[in-house]
Amino acid sequence: MLLAVELNDLVGKCGQWLRGAGPESDIVISTRIRLARNLAEFPFVRRATSDERAQITKLVRKKVESVPQWADNLFLNVEGMTEVDRQFLVERQLMSLELADGTGDRAVAIEPEERFSIMVNEEDHLRIQVMCSGLDVQNAWQRIDEIDDLLQERLNFAFSEQLGYLTACPTNVGTGLRVSVMLHLPALVVTREIEKVFRSLQKINVAVRGLYGEGSQFMGDFYQISNQITLGRSEEDLVQTVSEVVPRVIEYERKARQFLLHESEQDLHDDVSRAYGILSTARKISSEETLHYLSKVRMGVNLGLINALDISTINKLFIHTQPAHLQKLCGHEMTTADRNIERAKYLQESLKTK
Amino acid sequence: MKCQHCEKPATFHITELIQPNGPVKVHLCEDHARIYLAQGSEESPPNALASLLAKQLKLEQTAEQLAKLDKKTCPVCGISFAEFRQAGRLGCAYDYECFKDDLEPLLVNIHGAKLHKGKRPNRTTGAPDRQHRLLQLRREMQDAIGKEKYERAAEIRDLIRRIDEGDPTVWDELGQ
Repeated sequence: MLLAVELNDLVGKCGQWLRGAGPESDIVISTRIRLARNLAEFPFVRRATSDERAQITKLVRKKVESVPQWADNLFLNVEGMTEVDRQFLVERQLMSLELADGTGDRAVAIEPEERFSIMVNEEDHLRIQVMCSGLDVQNAWQRIDEIDDLLQERLNFAFSEQLGYLTACPTNVGTGLRVSVMLHLPALVVTREIEKVFRSLQKINVAVRGLYGEGSQFMGDFYQISNQITLGRSEEDLVQTVSEVVPRVIEYERKARQFLLHESEQDLHDDVSRAYGILSTARKISSEETLHYLSKVRMGVNLGLINALDISTINKLFIHTQPAHLQKLCGHEMTTADRNIERAKYLQESLKTK
Repeated sequence: MKCQHCEKPATFHITELIQPNGPVKVHLCEDHARIYLAQGSEESPPNALASLLAKQLKLEQTAEQLAKLDKKTCPVCGISFAEFRQAGRLGCAYDYECFKDDLEPLLVNIHGAKLHKGKRPNRTTGAPDRQHRLLQLRREMQDAIGKEKYERAAEIRDLIRRIDEGDPTVWDELGQ
Protein backbone atom coordinates (compact mmCIF):
# COMPACT_ATOMS: atom_id res chain seq x y z
CA MET A 1 0.00 0.00 0.00
CA LEU A 2 1.45 3.29 -1.10
CA LEU A 3 0.40 5.21 1.99
CA ALA A 4 2.08 2.81 4.40
CA VAL A 5 5.32 2.94 2.44
CA GLU A 6 5.30 6.71 2.54
CA LEU A 7 4.69 6.89 6.26
CA ASN A 8 7.23 4.17 6.97
CA ASP A 9 9.84 6.21 5.16
CA LEU A 10 9.87 8.49 8.21
CA VAL A 11 10.45 5.76 10.78
CA GLY A 12 14.22 5.35 10.78
CA LYS A 13 14.84 9.06 10.23
CA CYS A 14 14.58 12.04 12.49
CA GLY A 15 12.94 15.36 11.75
CA GLN A 16 15.15 18.38 11.06
CA TRP A 17 13.82 19.99 14.20
CA LEU A 18 15.37 17.28 16.40
CA ARG A 19 18.90 17.55 15.13
CA GLY A 20 19.90 19.53 18.22
CA ALA A 21 21.90 22.06 16.24
CA GLY A 22 19.87 25.25 16.37
CA PRO A 23 20.61 28.30 18.53
CA GLU A 24 20.62 27.58 22.31
CA SER A 25 19.96 23.92 21.65
CA ASP A 26 21.43 22.87 25.01
CA ILE A 27 18.21 24.21 26.55
CA VAL A 28 15.76 24.85 23.73
CA ILE A 29 14.58 21.66 22.02
CA SER A 30 12.47 23.24 19.33
CA THR A 31 10.54 26.26 18.12
CA ARG A 32 7.13 25.76 16.58
CA ILE A 33 4.69 28.22 15.08
CA ARG A 34 1.20 27.37 14.00
CA LEU A 35 -1.40 29.34 12.09
CA ALA A 36 -5.12 28.60 12.26
CA ARG A 37 -6.98 29.20 8.99
CA ASN A 38 -10.48 28.46 7.73
CA LEU A 39 -11.93 28.32 4.26
CA ALA A 40 -14.46 31.09 3.68
CA GLU A 41 -16.95 28.94 1.81
CA PHE A 42 -17.38 26.16 4.38
CA PRO A 43 -18.81 26.11 7.91
CA PHE A 44 -16.21 25.43 10.62
CA VAL A 45 -15.23 21.78 11.10
CA ARG A 46 -17.56 20.93 13.99
CA ARG A 47 -20.53 22.20 12.04
CA ALA A 48 -19.56 20.79 8.63
CA THR A 49 -21.42 17.78 7.23
CA SER A 50 -19.37 14.67 6.43
CA ASP A 51 -19.76 15.53 2.77
CA GLU A 52 -18.42 19.04 3.35
CA ARG A 53 -15.49 17.66 5.33
CA ALA A 54 -14.63 15.38 2.44
CA GLN A 55 -14.82 18.35 0.06
CA ILE A 56 -12.55 20.40 2.31
CA THR A 57 -9.89 17.66 2.37
CA LYS A 58 -10.14 17.20 -1.37
CA LEU A 59 -9.88 20.92 -2.08
CA VAL A 60 -6.93 21.46 0.25
CA ARG A 61 -5.14 18.42 -1.15
CA LYS A 62 -5.58 19.68 -4.70
CA LYS A 63 -4.25 23.12 -3.80
CA VAL A 64 -1.35 21.82 -1.70
CA GLU A 65 -0.33 19.51 -4.52
CA SER A 66 -0.42 22.41 -6.97
CA VAL A 67 2.50 24.13 -5.21
CA PRO A 68 5.56 23.17 -7.29
CA GLN A 69 8.05 23.27 -4.41
CA TRP A 70 5.86 20.91 -2.37
CA ALA A 71 5.87 18.10 -4.93
CA ASP A 72 7.51 15.70 -2.45
CA ASN A 73 5.11 16.35 0.42
CA LEU A 74 3.22 13.41 1.86
CA PHE A 75 -0.53 13.87 2.05
CA LEU A 76 -1.97 11.36 4.48
CA ASN A 77 -5.58 10.46 5.15
CA VAL A 78 -5.82 10.20 8.94
CA GLU A 79 -9.18 8.41 9.01
CA GLY A 80 -7.74 5.43 7.15
CA MET A 81 -4.68 5.06 9.37
CA THR A 82 -4.00 2.44 12.02
CA GLU A 83 -3.96 3.51 15.67
CA VAL A 84 -0.18 3.03 15.84
CA ASP A 85 0.44 5.16 12.74
CA ARG A 86 -1.65 7.98 14.19
CA GLN A 87 0.16 7.83 17.49
CA PHE A 88 3.46 7.73 15.62
CA LEU A 89 2.69 11.06 13.94
CA VAL A 90 1.58 12.56 17.26
CA GLU A 91 4.82 11.48 18.97
CA ARG A 92 6.69 13.06 16.12
CA GLN A 93 4.65 16.23 16.64
CA LEU A 94 3.55 16.24 13.01
CA MET A 95 -0.06 16.21 14.09
CA SER A 96 -2.04 16.93 17.23
CA LEU A 97 -3.73 14.46 19.52
CA GLU A 98 -7.01 16.14 18.63
CA LEU A 99 -6.56 15.31 14.95
CA ALA A 100 -5.43 11.76 15.75
CA ASP A 101 -8.37 11.04 18.05
CA GLY A 102 -10.94 12.89 15.98
CA THR A 103 -13.57 11.38 13.72
CA GLY A 104 -14.54 11.91 10.11
CA ASP A 105 -12.59 13.02 7.09
CA ARG A 106 -9.28 14.59 8.10
CA ALA A 107 -5.75 14.65 6.78
CA VAL A 108 -2.19 15.83 7.29
CA ALA A 109 0.34 17.07 4.73
CA ILE A 110 3.97 16.57 5.74
CA GLU A 111 7.13 18.01 4.28
CA PRO A 112 9.60 15.10 3.89
CA GLU A 113 12.25 16.72 6.11
CA GLU A 114 9.48 17.39 8.66
CA ARG A 115 10.06 21.12 8.60
CA PHE A 116 6.35 21.77 8.35
CA SER A 117 3.00 20.04 8.32
CA ILE A 118 -0.54 21.10 7.49
CA MET A 119 -3.42 19.53 9.39
CA VAL A 120 -6.78 19.49 7.65
CA ASN A 121 -10.11 19.37 9.53
CA GLU A 122 -8.67 19.61 13.00
CA GLU A 123 -10.42 22.29 15.09
CA ASP A 124 -10.00 24.65 12.14
CA HIS A 125 -9.99 23.70 8.47
CA LEU A 126 -6.25 24.25 8.32
CA ARG A 127 -3.61 24.24 11.01
CA ILE A 128 -0.25 25.03 9.47
CA GLN A 129 2.79 24.36 11.62
CA VAL A 130 6.50 24.94 11.17
CA MET A 131 9.15 23.26 13.33
CA CYS A 132 12.75 24.40 13.86
CA SER A 133 15.56 23.02 15.96
CA GLY A 134 16.60 25.22 18.89
CA LEU A 135 15.46 28.80 19.43
CA ASP A 136 14.73 30.12 15.96
CA VAL A 137 11.53 32.12 16.25
CA GLN A 138 12.17 34.71 13.52
CA ASN A 139 13.17 32.05 11.02
CA ALA A 140 10.11 29.97 11.90
CA TRP A 141 7.86 33.00 11.36
CA GLN A 142 9.43 33.82 7.97
CA ARG A 143 8.92 30.27 6.82
CA ILE A 144 5.33 29.93 7.97
CA ASP A 145 4.53 33.35 6.50
CA GLU A 146 5.74 32.09 3.11
CA ILE A 147 3.76 28.86 3.42
CA ASP A 148 0.68 30.88 4.35
CA ASP A 149 1.22 33.14 1.31
CA LEU A 150 1.40 30.14 -1.01
CA LEU A 151 -1.85 28.81 0.43
CA GLN A 152 -3.58 32.21 0.33
CA GLU A 153 -2.84 32.46 -3.38
CA ARG A 154 -4.85 29.27 -3.82
CA LEU A 155 -7.53 29.28 -1.10
CA ASN A 156 -10.05 31.80 0.24
CA PHE A 157 -9.46 32.19 3.94
CA ALA A 158 -12.22 33.46 6.21
CA PHE A 159 -11.12 36.96 7.20
CA SER A 160 -12.71 40.11 8.56
CA GLU A 161 -11.19 43.60 8.59
CA GLN A 162 -12.01 44.03 12.28
CA LEU A 163 -11.21 40.58 13.62
CA GLY A 164 -8.62 39.24 11.19
CA TYR A 165 -8.54 35.51 10.44
CA LEU A 166 -11.72 33.92 11.76
CA THR A 167 -11.28 30.75 13.81
CA ALA A 168 -13.58 28.19 15.40
CA CYS A 169 -12.46 29.19 18.87
CA PRO A 170 -12.44 32.90 19.76
CA THR A 171 -9.11 32.39 21.59
CA ASN A 172 -7.33 32.06 18.22
CA VAL A 173 -9.05 34.81 16.24
CA GLY A 174 -6.98 37.61 14.66
CA THR A 175 -3.57 36.33 13.66
CA GLY A 176 -4.42 32.69 14.42
CA LEU A 177 -0.80 32.48 15.48
CA ARG A 178 0.71 30.45 18.29
CA VAL A 179 4.47 30.47 18.82
CA SER A 180 5.63 27.65 21.10
CA VAL A 181 9.15 27.17 22.31
CA MET A 182 9.94 23.86 24.02
CA LEU A 183 12.56 24.16 26.74
CA HIS A 184 14.43 21.63 28.83
CA LEU A 185 14.68 23.13 32.33
CA PRO A 186 15.92 20.41 34.71
CA ALA A 187 18.08 22.70 36.87
CA LEU A 188 15.23 25.16 37.48
CA VAL A 189 13.07 22.21 38.54
CA VAL A 190 15.71 20.78 40.90
CA THR A 191 16.44 24.15 42.49
CA ARG A 192 12.68 24.86 42.77
CA GLU A 193 13.10 28.18 41.02
CA ILE A 194 10.72 27.29 38.23
CA GLU A 195 7.56 28.63 39.88
CA LYS A 196 9.18 31.98 40.40
CA VAL A 197 10.20 32.21 36.75
CA PHE A 198 6.71 31.33 35.61
CA ARG A 199 5.03 33.84 37.85
CA SER A 200 7.10 36.58 36.26
CA LEU A 201 6.19 35.32 32.77
CA GLN A 202 2.47 35.25 33.39
CA LYS A 203 2.45 38.97 33.98
CA ILE A 204 3.36 39.55 30.35
CA ASN A 205 0.76 37.37 28.66
CA VAL A 206 3.00 34.42 28.01
CA ALA A 207 1.68 30.95 28.81
CA VAL A 208 3.78 28.15 30.22
CA ARG A 209 2.76 24.55 30.05
CA GLY A 210 4.37 21.33 31.19
CA LEU A 211 4.51 18.40 28.83
CA TYR A 212 2.71 15.15 29.49
CA GLY A 213 3.87 11.61 28.94
CA GLU A 214 2.17 8.40 27.93
CA GLY A 215 -0.08 8.00 30.97
CA SER A 216 -0.80 11.73 31.25
CA GLN A 217 1.79 11.74 34.00
CA PHE A 218 3.49 15.06 34.35
CA MET A 219 6.97 15.17 32.82
CA GLY A 220 8.69 17.63 35.05
CA ASP A 221 11.54 18.95 33.00
CA PHE A 222 10.02 19.97 29.69
CA TYR A 223 8.11 23.20 29.38
CA GLN A 224 6.51 25.02 26.53
CA ILE A 225 6.36 28.81 26.39
CA SER A 226 3.85 30.38 24.06
CA ASN A 227 1.93 33.58 23.38
CA GLN A 228 -1.58 33.71 24.80
CA ILE A 229 -3.05 36.56 22.84
CA THR A 230 -3.72 36.35 19.11
CA LEU A 231 -5.82 39.48 18.50
CA GLY A 232 -4.81 43.15 18.53
CA ARG A 233 -1.10 42.62 17.99
CA SER A 234 0.75 41.93 14.77
CA GLU A 235 2.47 38.62 14.05
CA GLU A 236 5.88 40.30 14.24
CA ASP A 237 4.97 41.76 17.59
CA LEU A 238 3.83 38.40 19.01
CA VAL A 239 6.92 36.67 17.65
CA GLN A 240 9.11 39.39 19.13
CA THR A 241 7.60 39.02 22.60
CA VAL A 242 8.36 35.31 22.71
CA SER A 243 11.86 35.77 21.30
CA GLU A 244 12.59 38.33 24.00
CA VAL A 245 11.21 36.28 26.88
CA VAL A 246 12.82 32.93 26.14
CA PRO A 247 16.47 34.10 26.48
CA ARG A 248 15.66 35.30 29.98
CA VAL A 249 14.43 31.84 30.94
CA ILE A 250 17.50 30.30 29.30
CA GLU A 251 19.69 32.55 31.37
CA TYR A 252 17.93 31.48 34.60
CA GLU A 253 18.36 27.83 33.66
CA ARG A 254 22.08 28.34 32.90
CA LYS A 255 22.58 30.08 36.22
CA ALA A 256 20.77 27.28 38.03
CA ARG A 257 22.97 24.70 36.28
CA GLN A 258 26.11 26.56 37.24
CA PHE A 259 24.83 26.85 40.78
CA LEU A 260 24.30 23.08 40.94
CA LEU A 261 27.75 22.45 39.49
CA HIS A 262 29.33 24.83 41.93
CA GLU A 263 27.42 23.85 45.06
CA SER A 264 26.96 20.12 44.61
CA GLU A 265 28.97 18.82 41.71
CA GLN A 266 29.42 15.39 43.31
CA ASP A 267 25.68 14.94 43.81
CA LEU A 268 24.85 16.18 40.34
CA HIS A 269 27.51 14.01 38.72
CA ASP A 270 26.29 11.02 40.70
CA ASP A 271 22.68 11.69 39.71
CA VAL A 272 23.32 11.95 35.97
CA SER A 273 25.70 8.96 36.01
CA ARG A 274 23.12 6.79 37.77
CA ALA A 275 20.53 7.85 35.20
CA TYR A 276 22.92 6.94 32.41
CA GLY A 277 23.63 3.62 34.15
CA ILE A 278 19.96 2.72 34.41
CA LEU A 279 19.21 3.64 30.80
CA SER A 280 22.14 1.66 29.46
CA THR A 281 21.68 -1.48 31.57
CA ALA A 282 17.98 -1.85 32.42
CA ARG A 283 16.19 -4.91 31.05
CA LYS A 284 12.74 -3.38 31.05
CA ILE A 285 11.77 0.26 31.32
CA SER A 286 8.59 2.32 30.93
CA SER A 287 8.38 5.41 28.75
CA GLU A 288 7.88 7.66 31.81
CA GLU A 289 11.01 6.31 33.45
CA THR A 290 12.91 6.69 30.21
CA LEU A 291 11.91 10.33 29.85
CA HIS A 292 12.83 10.98 33.46
CA TYR A 293 16.36 9.57 33.11
CA LEU A 294 16.95 10.88 29.59
CA SER A 295 16.25 14.33 30.94
CA LYS A 296 19.03 13.96 33.52
CA VAL A 297 21.44 12.49 30.97
CA ARG A 298 20.71 15.35 28.61
CA MET A 299 21.70 17.88 31.23
CA GLY A 300 24.79 15.77 32.04
CA VAL A 301 25.90 15.85 28.42
CA ASN A 302 25.35 19.60 28.20
CA LEU A 303 27.42 20.19 31.32
CA GLY A 304 30.25 17.96 30.14
CA LEU A 305 29.63 15.37 32.87
CA ILE A 306 28.95 12.67 30.28
CA ASN A 307 31.21 12.71 27.23
CA ALA A 308 30.28 9.55 25.37
CA LEU A 309 27.07 10.96 23.86
CA ASP A 310 25.86 13.85 21.75
CA ILE A 311 22.65 15.85 22.04
CA SER A 312 21.17 14.75 18.73
CA THR A 313 21.36 11.08 19.87
CA ILE A 314 19.50 11.96 23.06
CA ASN A 315 16.93 14.06 21.24
CA LYS A 316 16.33 11.11 18.95
CA LEU A 317 15.94 8.73 21.92
CA PHE A 318 13.23 10.95 23.42
CA ILE A 319 11.13 10.29 20.33
CA HIS A 320 12.19 6.77 19.37
CA THR A 321 11.50 5.27 22.81
CA GLN A 322 7.87 6.35 22.77
CA PRO A 323 5.28 3.59 22.30
CA ALA A 324 4.31 4.01 18.65
CA HIS A 325 7.88 4.64 17.54
CA LEU A 326 9.11 1.46 19.21
CA GLN A 327 6.38 -0.52 17.50
CA LYS A 328 7.14 1.03 14.11
CA LEU A 329 10.86 0.41 14.56
CA CYS A 330 10.22 -3.24 15.45
CA GLY A 331 7.72 -3.60 12.66
CA HIS A 332 4.89 -5.06 14.73
CA GLU A 333 2.41 -4.17 17.48
CA MET A 334 3.35 -4.90 21.10
CA THR A 335 1.78 -4.96 24.55
CA THR A 336 2.99 -2.49 27.18
CA ALA A 337 5.05 -5.21 28.88
CA ASP A 338 6.72 -6.20 25.62
CA ARG A 339 7.38 -2.58 24.80
CA ASN A 340 9.15 -2.08 28.12
CA ILE A 341 11.52 -4.93 27.28
CA GLU A 342 12.02 -3.73 23.71
CA ARG A 343 12.60 -0.16 24.91
CA ALA A 344 15.36 -1.34 27.29
CA LYS A 345 17.01 -3.25 24.44
CA TYR A 346 16.81 -0.25 22.14
CA LEU A 347 18.34 2.02 24.79
CA GLN A 348 21.17 -0.42 25.50
CA GLU A 349 21.97 -0.65 21.83
CA SER A 350 21.89 3.13 21.31
CA LEU A 351 23.89 3.98 24.41
CA LYS A 352 26.63 1.42 23.87
CA THR A 353 30.00 3.15 24.16
CA LYS A 354 31.54 3.32 20.75
CA MET B 1 -12.25 36.13 48.65
CA LYS B 2 -8.75 36.64 47.31
CA CYS B 3 -7.36 35.35 44.02
CA GLN B 4 -5.44 32.08 44.41
CA HIS B 5 -2.38 33.56 42.74
CA CYS B 6 -2.18 37.11 44.04
CA GLU B 7 -3.58 39.58 46.54
CA LYS B 8 -6.31 40.98 44.30
CA PRO B 9 -9.96 40.08 44.94
CA ALA B 10 -11.19 36.99 43.08
CA THR B 11 -13.85 37.99 40.59
CA PHE B 12 -13.93 34.74 38.59
CA HIS B 13 -15.05 31.54 40.25
CA ILE B 14 -14.60 28.72 37.82
CA THR B 15 -15.63 25.14 38.41
CA GLU B 16 -13.70 22.61 36.36
CA LEU B 17 -15.96 19.64 35.86
CA ILE B 18 -13.65 17.31 33.98
CA GLN B 19 -10.95 16.87 36.58
CA PRO B 20 -10.24 13.18 37.37
CA ASN B 21 -10.98 13.61 41.09
CA GLY B 22 -14.29 15.37 40.68
CA PRO B 23 -15.10 19.05 40.20
CA VAL B 24 -12.44 21.55 41.22
CA LYS B 25 -13.20 25.16 42.09
CA VAL B 26 -10.79 27.88 41.05
CA HIS B 27 -10.96 31.45 42.34
CA LEU B 28 -9.09 34.05 40.35
CA CYS B 29 -8.76 37.76 39.73
CA GLU B 30 -9.43 39.00 36.23
CA ASP B 31 -5.78 38.90 35.12
CA HIS B 32 -5.17 35.40 36.38
CA ALA B 33 -8.49 34.17 35.02
CA ARG B 34 -7.39 35.34 31.60
CA ILE B 35 -4.11 33.47 31.94
CA TYR B 36 -5.80 30.41 33.32
CA LEU B 37 -8.35 30.22 30.56
CA ALA B 38 -5.95 30.94 27.76
CA GLN B 39 -3.76 28.10 29.01
CA GLY B 40 -6.60 25.71 28.58
CA SER B 41 -7.39 26.90 25.10
CA GLU B 42 -4.74 25.11 23.09
CA GLU B 43 -5.16 21.41 23.69
CA SER B 44 -7.65 20.86 26.46
CA PRO B 45 -11.42 20.88 26.12
CA PRO B 46 -12.98 24.30 25.81
CA ASN B 47 -15.13 24.12 28.92
CA ALA B 48 -13.02 26.75 30.66
CA LEU B 49 -13.76 29.27 27.95
CA ALA B 50 -17.41 28.41 28.03
CA SER B 51 -17.44 28.83 31.82
CA LEU B 52 -15.89 32.25 31.53
CA LEU B 53 -18.48 33.23 29.01
CA ALA B 54 -21.32 31.83 31.05
CA LYS B 55 -20.04 33.59 34.13
CA GLN B 56 -19.71 36.87 32.36
CA LEU B 57 -23.13 36.65 30.81
CA LYS B 58 -24.76 35.78 34.10
CA LEU B 59 -23.21 38.84 35.68
CA GLU B 60 -24.39 41.15 32.99
CA GLN B 61 -27.79 39.78 32.12
CA THR B 62 -30.97 38.63 33.72
CA ALA B 63 -32.06 35.02 33.30
CA GLU B 64 -34.68 36.21 30.86
CA GLN B 65 -32.16 38.06 28.70
CA LEU B 66 -29.83 35.08 28.80
CA ALA B 67 -32.56 32.67 27.74
CA LYS B 68 -33.38 34.96 24.84
CA LEU B 69 -29.73 35.23 23.81
CA ASP B 70 -29.29 31.47 24.01
CA LYS B 71 -32.03 31.03 21.44
CA LYS B 72 -30.38 33.39 18.96
CA THR B 73 -29.36 31.34 15.93
CA CYS B 74 -26.97 31.95 13.07
CA PRO B 75 -28.89 32.02 9.77
CA VAL B 76 -25.93 30.56 7.86
CA CYS B 77 -24.77 27.56 9.93
CA GLY B 78 -27.72 27.17 12.28
CA ILE B 79 -25.72 27.15 15.54
CA SER B 80 -27.51 28.68 18.53
CA PHE B 81 -25.73 30.84 21.07
CA ALA B 82 -26.48 28.20 23.72
CA GLU B 83 -24.64 25.62 21.63
CA PHE B 84 -21.66 27.94 21.35
CA ARG B 85 -21.67 28.55 25.11
CA GLN B 86 -21.66 24.82 25.68
CA ALA B 87 -18.98 23.83 23.19
CA GLY B 88 -16.86 27.00 23.22
CA ARG B 89 -16.55 26.66 19.45
CA LEU B 90 -18.35 28.64 16.76
CA GLY B 91 -20.11 27.09 13.78
CA CYS B 92 -19.04 29.30 10.88
CA ALA B 93 -17.28 32.54 10.04
CA TYR B 94 -20.60 34.40 9.93
CA ASP B 95 -21.12 33.76 13.66
CA TYR B 96 -18.63 36.54 14.36
CA GLU B 97 -21.03 38.89 12.57
CA CYS B 98 -24.26 37.37 13.83
CA PHE B 99 -23.19 37.27 17.52
CA LYS B 100 -20.96 40.34 17.21
CA ASP B 101 -22.19 42.27 20.23
CA ASP B 102 -22.34 39.17 22.41
CA LEU B 103 -18.83 38.04 21.51
CA GLU B 104 -17.12 41.39 21.86
CA PRO B 105 -16.82 41.41 25.68
CA LEU B 106 -15.44 37.87 25.51
CA LEU B 107 -12.81 38.86 22.96
CA VAL B 108 -11.79 41.83 25.06
CA ASN B 109 -11.49 39.52 28.04
CA ILE B 110 -9.32 37.01 26.23
CA HIS B 111 -7.14 39.30 24.14
CA GLY B 112 -7.47 42.70 25.72
CA ALA B 113 -8.33 43.96 22.24
CA LYS B 114 -11.09 43.86 19.65
CA LEU B 115 -9.32 44.93 16.47
CA HIS B 116 -7.00 42.87 14.31
CA LYS B 117 -3.53 44.15 13.61
CA GLY B 118 -1.35 42.19 11.27
CA LYS B 119 -1.44 40.09 8.17
CA ARG B 120 -4.32 40.18 5.70
CA PRO B 121 -5.07 38.10 2.63
CA ASN B 122 -4.65 39.79 -0.73
CA ARG B 123 -7.29 37.87 -2.63
CA THR B 124 -10.29 39.73 -4.03
CA THR B 125 -12.77 37.55 -2.16
CA GLY B 126 -11.51 39.13 1.07
CA ALA B 127 -14.58 41.35 1.55
CA PRO B 128 -16.77 39.88 4.31
CA ASP B 129 -20.08 40.11 2.45
CA ARG B 130 -18.54 38.12 -0.37
CA GLN B 131 -17.20 35.52 2.04
CA HIS B 132 -20.62 35.06 3.60
CA ARG B 133 -22.17 34.83 0.16
CA LEU B 134 -19.78 31.99 -0.64
CA LEU B 135 -20.67 30.20 2.56
CA GLN B 136 -24.36 30.62 1.75
CA LEU B 137 -23.90 29.38 -1.81
CA ARG B 138 -22.23 26.26 -0.46
CA ARG B 139 -25.17 25.65 1.87
CA GLU B 140 -27.70 26.33 -0.88
CA MET B 141 -25.93 23.77 -3.02
CA GLN B 142 -26.18 21.18 -0.21
CA ASP B 143 -29.88 21.98 0.15
CA ALA B 144 -30.48 21.66 -3.57
CA ILE B 145 -28.77 18.26 -3.58
CA GLY B 146 -30.87 17.20 -0.58
CA LYS B 147 -34.05 18.20 -2.41
CA GLU B 148 -32.82 16.47 -5.58
CA LYS B 149 -32.78 19.75 -7.48
CA TYR B 150 -29.65 18.74 -9.32
CA GLU B 151 -29.86 21.38 -12.02
CA ARG B 152 -29.85 24.17 -9.45
CA ALA B 153 -27.05 22.43 -7.55
CA ALA B 154 -24.95 22.29 -10.71
CA GLU B 155 -25.52 26.01 -11.35
CA ILE B 156 -24.36 26.88 -7.86
CA ARG B 157 -21.38 24.55 -8.17
CA ASP B 158 -20.28 26.40 -11.32
CA LEU B 159 -20.56 29.74 -9.53
CA ILE B 160 -18.44 28.46 -6.65
CA ARG B 161 -15.88 27.08 -9.07
CA ARG B 162 -15.58 30.47 -10.79
CA ILE B 163 -15.10 32.18 -7.41
CA ASP B 164 -12.41 29.62 -6.54
CA GLU B 165 -10.65 30.38 -9.79
CA GLY B 166 -10.74 34.11 -9.04
CA ASP B 167 -13.10 35.08 -11.87
CA PRO B 168 -14.11 38.70 -11.00
CA THR B 169 -17.18 38.78 -13.28
CA VAL B 170 -19.01 36.28 -11.13
CA TRP B 171 -19.69 38.91 -8.46
CA ASP B 172 -21.52 41.14 -10.94
CA GLU B 173 -23.79 38.22 -11.73
CA LEU B 174 -24.44 37.72 -8.05
CA GLY B 175 -25.15 41.43 -7.67
CA GLN B 176 -22.20 42.17 -5.36
